[in-house]
Amino acid sequence: MMEFLRQGGYAFFVWSAFGMTFLLLVAEVVQLRLSRRTILSRMGRLARLRERNAPHRGESR
Amino acid sequence: MKINWFKYASPTAFYPLAGRLVPVLFGASLVLILFSLYWGFFETPDRLGGTNPQKEYYRIIFIHVPSAWMSMWLYLVLAAWAAIGLVFNTRLSFMMANAVAPTGAIFTFIALWTGAFWGRPSWGTYWDWDPRLTSELILFFLYIGYIALHSAIDDVRRADRASALLAIVGLVMLPVIFWSINCPDPNQCAALHQRSSLSDIESNILTAMLTMTLAFWIYSFAAAFARLRSIILTREGDSTWVRGVLEREASA
Repeated sequence: MMEFLRQGGYAFFVWSAFGMTFLLLVAEVVQLRLSRRTILSRMGRLARLRERNAPHRGESR
Repeated sequence: MKINWFKYASPTAFYPLAGRLVPVLFGASLVLILFSLYWGFFETPDRLGGTNPQKEYYRIIFIHVPSAWMSMWLYLVLAAWAAIGLVFNTRLSFMMANAVAPTGAIFTFIALWTGAFWGRPSWGTYWDWDPRLTSELILFFLYIGYIALHSAIDDVRRADRASALLAIVGLVMLPVIFWSINCPDPNQCAALHQRSSLSDIESNILTAMLTMTLAFWIYSFAAAFARLRSIILTREGDSTWVRGVLEREASA
């Protein structure tokens, strides 16, 4: 195990490279989820607001 | 049977399709990434002997080369969608270009970063103004410029056209990056970066590297589609079909 982590003495370089890649990809996925949730909740709020202000407009057509 | 090629060219039809694809694509890329890491770390020789001995830091190749390939490929995709958007004036094409850009920028940064951590032990420096490194850095700035220009213009349709033009002009960097190490006469490009030599790579290392390339490619599809869904929601927020989607998804 230690052998694997040491990477023949090049642990700093190997794990810095792989670590940053991992970090950025995970950050991107998290950011995508968060932004989707934000958009959905904001638009849902707007929709409810419209509903409350004009409950029957547009539905008679 | 008549196939309607434009069925998914409208945001209305593409939105649910992308929604079904995103989790499948993310899952597939995760499996491939894990396979590639396993193969790269445990099924490859620790040191390659002979006249060109490699130390452990060569393992950075498993992410360096695939991310560098993706950085160029995604730029081509971005510019292609931008061009299609300009020619046919289709909404979804510009949105596609927008959705690809951040992922492309991330892969470009990863290529530069992993290259730096490979360069330090092998060349003795994190950075050098070598043609390959310099042109890749400019590609990174092009991605940033595209994103920045698009977000700097308030009118979305004008932002689409202006940034599409920038993306197309930026295409000149791709051949520069490619030939910065692959020039016909090796003596004419004094590069620190080694020439690409796919045919000389040991087969286990090649397996891990190509698997990671496929994984990154599928990941790019997943990330771009996920981002595209958010872009569609934001831009088409006032249309009735988006309201229908919201009633289903916002309540869930």
